Amino acid sequence: MTVEKIRGDNENSDNFPVGLRVLAVDDDPICLKLLETLLRKCQYHVTTTSQARMALKMLRENKDRFDLVISDVHMPDMDGFKLLELVGLEMDLPVIMLSANGDPKLVMKGVTHGACDYLVKPVRIEELRNIWQHVIRRKKFDSRNQNKSAEHVKSHHASREGHGSATMGNADQSGKFNRKRKDEEDESEDNGNESEDPATQKKPRVVWSIELHRKFVAAVNQLGIEKAVPKRILDLMNVEGLTRENVASHLQKYRLYLKRISSVATQQANMVAALGVKDSPFMRIGPFEGLGDFRTLAGPGRLANAGLSPYTTGGMLGRLNTPANVNLHNLTPPALLQPTHAQNITAIGEMHPILSPTNQSPSLFQGMPSSLELDQLQQNKCSTGIVNFNAVDDSRMYTASNAFTDTGTAIGSSTSIVNGIQGTPVMLHGNSQQTLSGGGFGCHSSHNMTSFSLESLTAGVNGSSNLLDPGSIESCKVQPNSVLSTDPFHSQLPLNGVRENNFSNGSYLHNNPVDISTTMALPFEDSREMQCQESLVGNVQNITQTPSQKWCEQGQNYSHSSKTTFGSSDSYIPANGAVSPLSRSMGQDSEIFNQKTGMFINSRSTGGASNLMQKNENEKLATESRARSNENFLLEQPKSRGFVPRSYDSLDAMMNAMIKREQDEAIPNCDFGFDDYSFGAAM
Amino acid sequence: MLGLSVDRLRADMNRLLALLFHQGVLDEQFLQLQQLQDESSPNFVSEVVNIYFHESEKLLRNLRALLVDKEFSDYKKMGVHLNQFMGSSSSIGAKRVRNVCVAFRAASDQNNRAGCLRALELLEYEYCYLKNKLHELFQIEQQRILAAAVRYPVQQHHHQQPNNP
Repeated sequence: MTVEKIRGDNENSDNFPVGLRVLAVDDDPICLKLLETLLRKCQYHVTTTSQARMALKMLRENKDRFDLVISDVHMPDMDGFKLLELVGLEMDLPVIMLSANGDPKLVMKGVTHGACDYLVKPVRIEELRNIWQHVIRRKKFDSRNQNKSAEHVKSHHASREGHGSATMGNADQSGKFNRKRKDEEDESEDNGNESEDPATQKKPRVVWSIELHRKFVAAVNQLGIEKAVPKRILDLMNVEGLTRENVASHLQKYRLYLKRISSVATQQANMVAALGVKDSPFMRIGPFEGLGDFRTLAGPGRLANAGLSPYTTGGMLGRLNTPANVNLHNLTPPALLQPTHAQNITAIGEMHPILSPTNQSPSLFQGMPSSLELDQLQQNKCSTGIVNFNAVDDSRMYTASNAFTDTGTAIGSSTSIVNGIQGTPVMLHGNSQQTLSGGGFGCHSSHNMTSFSLESLTAGVNGSSNLLDPGSIESCKVQPNSVLSTDPFHSQLPLNGVRENNFSNGSYLHNNPVDISTTMALPFEDSREMQCQESLVGNVQNITQTPSQKWCEQGQNYSHSSKTTFGSSDSYIPANGAVSPLSRSMGQDSEIFNQKTGMFINSRSTGGASNLMQKNENEKLATESRARSNENFLLEQPKSRGFVPRSYDSLDAMMNAMIKREQDEAIPNCDFGFDDYSFGAAM
Repeated sequence: MLGLSVDRLRADMNRLLALLFHQGVLDEQFLQLQQLQDESSPNFVSEVVNIYFHESEKLLRNLRALLVDKEFSDYKKMGVHLNQFMGSSSSIGAKRVRNVCVAFRAASDQNNRAGCLRALELLEYEYCYLKNKLHELFQIEQQRILAAAVRYPVQQHHHQQPNNP
């Protein structure tokens, strides 16, 4: 891939922001169309898609194809925040969030996930005229990074030749840096790290591959999260071409991530405690507690530590610590198993002993230290077999760690469920339960994969899942919403495979309604197109037939004909070569037919509803409804939504979703169909 | 005569629009939509509005299907539909519909099924009203265009007449 310079240089350097390349993602076709038109009005290049998956695919295909991404928050196939994180991690593009909901909590969520702006629908053109600032801002930061790294690289080469001490005319910092780098350069082994190809060292972005991230995490672990400063991490990592700035920004993201999972972890610890987990196994987690570093690792920030303090009794702390610890450790893919499952597996191996407390299988703890050791071993091996993961990098690492939190512990796995929660605390509760069961399932799947003897564990796990069945079904419902599929890239098959199996039946039905709203549009579009192609003359015939059909179909045909009307008017224009109003009027002639029948349909279908009312009655009702709405407004405002402040770890769920999706490859576009569900008649 | 009808139709349209604004059925977002309509997208408003109708009916159906179920408990799913409905309605400028959505959401947050049902009724009503009014608006618009277009042949006729021997 050619090293393209910073994107701005490509097209529009002199006329910026004209030609800004925007990718717009929104499942709502109206908003998408509107957004597209507004952006075109601002003279941007717009690409639209209603599927987050497609958006990711496009972004991954060519990282330099877009300058900016605008994404809706609520989308059926992938949560907007997840997409946001992925784009930020993989492509480092500015992302603007968009939502009908301007709740400050959501806005905050956007900010914590790295959005550079949050717009509330309806979007006005004035707001869109300014979005280019985010691109410039990011570009400037990147170019600063790039320059420094370029300097460092040059000085590396120089020092390599001359063996001289730093002094390549750089600042002190880089001077010291170079000296150390010189030593490390002698190894100059790259471990097949895609991102460190010397030819691409001038590239503005560092791609955080699994390998790189593994080193990063190892370095952080070694230093201790409290003491992990970018420079020292960089030194420990021993990677060519990586700058302190790269490490610093990555560290920042990593810290955010840890903070998120640990605060989720504290919540989950609550849940677990509530579920009355047995105490004795906790004591066995002692060996972990002894590892002082891990304690700090578990609490990356003050926040997490504070959160953990209530749980210092018994083995709870150890319990909390270990998942986090294990997370960090298990970011290394073991060479044992297939790369995709690797991260999953080690984690699971680690997690099993921890999960077993819920199920009383003490013997399994013996597996624990060995799995730890195994992990250490595996840390040294690099699974270069992970081939196609160029773009995955961080997200993968994060998802990996999340994977085992999901599978292994009650603690971690809530994150995926948390993702599913757009709404009420009620669901949260249900979800937390699911966490455990999900963990159980995950363990089960991992069992198949690993060489650990986990029969008893599985039994235990199943036991735990039984415990949680009442909750799990409900959470089944919840999960599909956000966890619906996405990117095979992040798939970790066995884990989600089992999950999928267990959830699929219950959740399939629930999947569909959500899917329907998006997938429905597609089949409908197709049929619309077909109608268009069918005859234009057929228009009138269609219309006359509509009154005899049911309302829904009528509504469909209505749109059909209106669409075909446009099509017909288009075709008329070239035929006539005539004055466009004339052709349009001909097309719209049938439009009038449509509308008349449409109105007719309306009046029929809406039965007891408005249509038959007198105008003044309408007005009265309208004012009444307005008053009511206002009243409800008032009701709504003082009420606190009381959402549990959840740290939302989209990456785990994302990963789970992917795996799930892989398993459930084609979620069939359920042909919900326009059945005779009459509007207003169902009362 | 034709010219008069064009003007009359335009006046009708403006009057209807003014009424809708006054009633709060539409707000200035609708005006933004109209401003986006130009030579490059001459049917922009009606296209968008038609998509809106299609989507909204789907959403309303879904909402009703959810709510009539006696064992309904999936407020979250309902919230998803509702959110989309709210987003599209506000993008169109359908102010009253959006306000009802807000109330609906409040009832949904309280897990108040009866309240949600009431809100749904209201929503359906408001939506119907909006749809009718917008149909009316488009109809007037098209008649106006028709009326304006019919002028041309008459003029050409005048031109041609002298040429015919």
